[in-house]
Amino acid sequence: MVQILEFEREIFALETQIHDLVSMSHMYDSVGDITHEIAKLKKKLRRMKYEVYSNLKGWDKTLVARHPDRPYTLDYLNLIFEDFFELHGDRHGGYGPSIVAGLAKFDGRSVMVVGHQKGRETKEKIRRNFGMSQPAGYRKALRLMRMAEKFNIPVITFIDTPGAYPGVDAEEKGQSEAIATNMFSIIQLKIPIICVVIGEGGSGGALAIGIGDHIMMFEHSVYSVISPEGCASILWGDKGKTSQAADALCITANDLLKFKVIDEIIREPLGGAHRNHKQAAIRLKKSLRKNLDRLTQVPLGELTQLREKKFREMGKVIEEGT
Amino acid sequence: MSWIDKIKAGIGGKKTAKDEDLWAECKKCKEQIYIAELEINLKVCPHCDYHFRLETRQRIHQLIDQESFEEHDQNLTASDPLKFRDTKKYKDRIKSSAKKGLSSDAVITGSGTIEGLPIELCVFDFSFMGGSMGSVVGEKITRAIERAMENKSALIIASSSGGARMQEGIFSLMQMAKTSSALSKLSEQKIPYISILTDPTMGGVSASFSMLGDIILAEPGALIGFAGPRVIEQTIKQKLPDGFQTAEFLLDHGLIDNVVHRKDLKSTLAQLLKMLKNNPTEESEEPTLTKPPELLGA
Ligand SMILES: [Zn+2]
Repeated sequence: MVQILEFEREIFALETQIHDLVSMSHMYDSVGDITHEIAKLKKKLRRMKYEVYSNLKGWDKTLVARHPDRPYTLDYLNLIFEDFFELHGDRHGGYGPSIVAGLAKFDGRSVMVVGHQKGRETKEKIRRNFGMSQPAGYRKALRLMRMAEKFNIPVITFIDTPGAYPGVDAEEKGQSEAIATNMFSIIQLKIPIICVVIGEGGSGGALAIGIGDHIMMFEHSVYSVISPEGCASILWGDKGKTSQAADALCITANDLLKFKVIDEIIREPLGGAHRNHKQAAIRLKKSLRKNLDRLTQVPLGELTQLREKKFREMGKVIEEGT
Repeated sequence: MSWIDKIKAGIGGKKTAKDEDLWAECKKCKEQIYIAELEINLKVCPHCDYHFRLETRQRIHQLIDQESFEEHDQNLTASDPLKFRDTKKYKDRIKSSAKKGLSSDAVITGSGTIEGLPIELCVFDFSFMGGSMGSVVGEKITRAIERAMENKSALIIASSSGGARMQEGIFSLMQMAKTSSALSKLSEQKIPYISILTDPTMGGVSASFSMLGDIILAEPGALIGFAGPRVIEQTIKQKLPDGFQTAEFLLDHGLIDNVVHRKDLKSTLAQLLKMLKNNPTEESEEPTLTKPPELLGA
């Protein structure tokens, strides 16, 4: 079952129309030559997709970012990496299924891939806890990133989480400490780190694997301090104000690039990454290759200095009369 | 009968309008407390030790040597980078908070001494938009950390915050990264950082510098956690256990070093700071100081 988003309805209707015409022309000679008509409709479709998708606002993008068909970390691992070998556990009694991590080959070189993982089927969704990690997931991520540093293996992280898991056990095991310690430690790792927001960049749970040298976002992904729903219910006292909240929070890739919080936007195939995994993966691969090539040339001491500087400069204040 | 009870008996339980300014009800044991006594007692209930929230200036006054405080970066104010507006404009929220309080944002930072030892101190102001962390808070804390490195003085942060300041969107989130990154450098330089968690320390503040202290202390009963209790209840659809996310709960789960009564906080800090710098490292160029034993320990 394909899930159709509200703003995709017209696109789907036209797609169905084209599809029907094509099959009709194959089935009945009596239809005559309608190639020209079909071509015209296809052009219209492209244009419609372009118009709709280049004007998505924060809340629309949130829905695209959460689309169940959107490629997840394991999808990208299948599409553009080779020989992925998953590594498990935080070595302190925790498994951390909401984050997958392991060694893989990219363009012939070894990399450490760490990414949030959501599930598609109900059982898998529950096993992955909807991509909301327990402290163990973040600790596993840090353990493996430290190992990557030890063996001079660049790190690539994929961010796709509604947020860190808010639960009793998560609190008991130190959710705050896990997130804080990751930022504190990753900032110093002497190895290139590339972070890619592939879907939802949900607050502290995203930032826990979001410290790096080059931060990218897919065009229709979002990155925010709080979900539009959470913000709407706290600040507006009305869960229905998600759209206003999403706009006010400035959570799109364009916003974040403008704010210099991210460094690059990866364009998505027309109609969103969920409509064409392969095309999205190819574009991701191109960006990863370019930036890995660049970052592996930077001396490691300089790399961490630049990383510190990058995060040091984040924030906007008014400083009066100095 | 204590003097407070005598006063109470004298009034005979009947209160006039004016009494409301003289008496406060303890949130925990519901006893009436004479406000003057509450103030002398550092805003701790004399009946049950419930720790009321302390006003920022009082906290500073209580923690460091008299008149040793020199405030920094008071001139930093919020810039409203998103032009944020919910039911109210962010700019107006800032203005009204700044008007009623003493600070220009949710943290006051400065240099001072504790029993003569130089420190950089950051104290949160919960009355300023729930102590939330936006760019100003992140910047002031980062500068305090940098000052600690420059002056080789210890860092102390007393947190009290609901978390990140939503009205600054992604910028508020990035303050977590900025402050944690600065602390990483401080740690490399082996400068002590003691984090004090006071009621409440939640969200992005708890999930960054607050949990990164070399030593983490908390006041009794303080609410400390990543997710708010209501959010957790809605997620797991269960009632939360008694005492969940209190300082004592965190201590039981190995997440903090100790729970310290407010009256002992200053002496504890002094004792710990002295012990942390007692043994000079090999690389240290400073001459070895041998202190008389009465100066060690509290
Ligand atoms: Zn009491």
